[in-house]
Amino acid sequence: MIAELGHFALILALLVTCVQATVPLIGAARQDAAWMAVGRASALVSFVLIGGAMLALMHAYVTSDFTVLNVVQNSHTDKPLLYKITGVWGNHEGSMLLWVFMLALCAAAVALFSNNLPPALRARVLAVQGMIAVGFLLFILFTSNPFLRAWPAPLNGRGLNPVLQDPGLAFHPPFLYLGYVGFSVAFAFAVAALIEGRVDAAWARWVRPWTLASWCALTIGIAMGSWWAYYTLGWGGWWFWDPVENASFMPWLVGTALIHSSIVVEKRDALKSWTILLAIITFSLSLVGTFLVRSGVLTSVHAFATDPARGTFILLLLVVAIGGSLTLYAVRAPALKGGGLFAPLSREGALVLNNLLLSCGCATVFLGTLYPLFLDAVGGPKLSVGFPFFNRTFAPLMVPMLIGVGIGPLLAWKRGDLPGALQRLWVAYAAAAVVLAVAFYVTSGGPILAILGFGLAAWLAVAVLTELADRIRLFRAPFGDSARRAIHLPRAAWGMSFAHFGLAVSVAGFAGSAFDQEAIEVLRPGGSLHLAGYELRLDDVRKLPGANYMADDASVRIIRDGATIAIVHPQRRFFPLQQQTTGETAIRTNLLADLYVALGDGDATGNWTLRAYWKPLVPWIWIGAVVMAFGGLVSLSDRRWRVGIAARARRMPAAVPAPGE
Amino acid sequence: MRRLIYLLPALLFLVLAGYFAWALRPGYDPQALPSALLDKEAPAFDLATLQGGGTLSRDGLKGKPVVVNFFASWCVPCRIEHPLLMRLSQQDHVPIYGIAYKDKPEDAAKLLAQMGDPYRRIGLDQNGRTGLDFGVYGVPETYVIDRDGHIRKRFVGPLTPEQVRDELLPLLQKLAAS
Repeated sequence: MIAELGHFALILALLVTCVQATVPLIGAARQDAAWMAVGRASALVSFVLIGGAMLALMHAYVTSDFTVLNVVQNSHTDKPLLYKITGVWGNHEGSMLLWVFMLALCAAAVALFSNNLPPALRARVLAVQGMIAVGFLLFILFTSNPFLRAWPAPLNGRGLNPVLQDPGLAFHPPFLYLGYVGFSVAFAFAVAALIEGRVDAAWARWVRPWTLASWCALTIGIAMGSWWAYYTLGWGGWWFWDPVENASFMPWLVGTALIHSSIVVEKRDALKSWTILLAIITFSLSLVGTFLVRSGVLTSVHAFATDPARGTFILLLLVVAIGGSLTLYAVRAPALKGGGLFAPLSREGALVLNNLLLSCGCATVFLGTLYPLFLDAVGGPKLSVGFPFFNRTFAPLMVPMLIGVGIGPLLAWKRGDLPGALQRLWVAYAAAAVVLAVAFYVTSGGPILAILGFGLAAWLAVAVLTELADRIRLFRAPFGDSARRAIHLPRAAWGMSFAHFGLAVSVAGFAGSAFDQEAIEVLRPGGSLHLAGYELRLDDVRKLPGANYMADDASVRIIRDGATIAIVHPQRRFFPLQQQTTGETAIRTNLLADLYVALGDGDATGNWTLRAYWKPLVPWIWIGAVVMAFGGLVSLSDRRWRVGIAARARRMPAAVPAPGE
Repeated sequence: MRRLIYLLPALLFLVLAGYFAWALRPGYDPQALPSALLDKEAPAFDLATLQGGGTLSRDGLKGKPVVVNFFASWCVPCRIEHPLLMRLSQQDHVPIYGIAYKDKPEDAAKLLAQMGDPYRRIGLDQNGRTGLDFGVYGVPETYVIDRDGHIRKRFVGPLTPEQVRDELLPLLQKLAAS
């Protein structure tokens, strides 16, 4: 019964979103307040309905209701409760429901937190979100219904892929989807602005917090996915340029560009049509990513069960959403009036450069991902693209990018003083030079890109600190004065510093990962292997029963200078249901380096393969990502984004001050 | 002219959508791309081996049906597929020959040291020339070559247990019997 309720809730949500997609739009055109107000109510109602459907499916999973086909295919009574819940989105149908749920969540958030929006703009934004929701609800109901019944009901389900039974992956999709789908708000604002024919500083202020929030969620989502890959796949790789990873990385790149270009719209009233285009492209890439993952057009490790009917449906959605918005853009964007002029060497110029590099980076990733498809279509030679391609094309684009991130914030708006900025950064050159020299010496001329990475990370970190010190006049004013300035610095400025510093930390992590050491040995209990100054002694290997698996649990003693530092427990888990073995690595970190221990095969005579890596700076990759997302949140808490301010700014368009940034 | 620039994104998208539609046409399945060389003689190759000494060549493989697997240490799907290859070579005694595609010998050796070596012999295709001749679409790819050196089957992407059970093993049996 509950499954049917969920199904009906989805159908009802479809009808409500049909209303949401049309009535407010007509209301906005006619300036009819009552019709426009429908947008808000219908967004909230559809959120409640889709939330209800989500709960219904979750209920089916938690109670192991094997009359529901989706539960049969992806769950099992022995599965731990956490994975019963997260198993809801561990499959195609359920994850689409999560997608739509996030969409409804965003629409409801816009409906609730938009008291300061002009009613017509709000109505249009909600209508555009309604249209997207209609498309995806149709998709779910016609091609991917999670509530289909199974008859006769089997005694037990088929279980979830053991690789997915992991806490890191359990929460990766919600963050990722919040990020993907959150960009729909920026998209809806862009389309609404094109319909209105008006983009101004106030518009940028409304869009920025939504973009920032989605960007933070996407950053965390991508970082979680990469961390999961790092510790589960058992060999310590953290990024593979797999089509599915690229599908999440592309919106991140363009979304990052969008955050930066909307600053220019806000402060300087320039780059409007470019920003609108970026907003459209960011969400379009989220949609294209969804298409690529689920249509089976490309091969990937992550691919969901694919089905051409689904692919065709999503392609239709793409054509309507992306084709429609880009056509609207082609018609309306030329009419948008350009704003303030600026010299090439200025803050705006630096942000344009940032946008250019990020967009090119995204284009490279896009080409690399779709290359096989394009070449195949024209009947050309079939080439494969992997690490070699991306390392050669993407990395060089990011070098000037990272240099620019250090300089950009020191340039003034309109006309910047590049020599002056470069002079103020002397500490950063010095730091970069020292780090480069030390890295070159210590690694005795290791991989050049990695050494360069260390230099860039040092440069960027010191440049960020220099900019911050400059701003609060550290060492040039009395300390109390500096402290007061630091406290009164806008949150957005702190957010920027955090985010840029986080980038530096991550870059150091990327570079550090090139210098890992590894040791593999076949050991009997009591034997040990040596790695990077540590001794790893295999104490014993025991059988340990888990909830739905049987584990070989190794006790590995980590010894340094004769003293035991820790005992870690890498495992091999055998899942009898799926007849599959997964590795559970043990990672001991001191935040500067990871000691990564994986248990390999055992043989009949009691020998075990033990594999260990010493991975310097690798934890920084994710620490950096967290710092970046934290920077985004700090910036989000800036009071300028809060109530009324943007609305007042629009009422007095002549008096938009450029507050201290 | 200015308007045309604004139209550009929409036009580019149209082209992209065309590609997507093409890829969705019935019968297109990237997982099972038929090779243009199907049932024809495999392209000639003669590669230095990872183990050193001797070469891996097409003509050297003639005489018995074999499986040729393109892999690389930088390829994640290959690692997913690896345990299956191990099982194939150890339990089913299938002769599998590896071609390390655009891979450094030391990296390939590391991979095999970690995960076991299912290959009878491994040829090094460092510049990707052999892959190009075969029309390799992406690693991993697996080819079944009969005793006369003709390509009989191509699997794109990681092999699945179902493919092995329903297609690969029956085909090998048939080839061995004929």
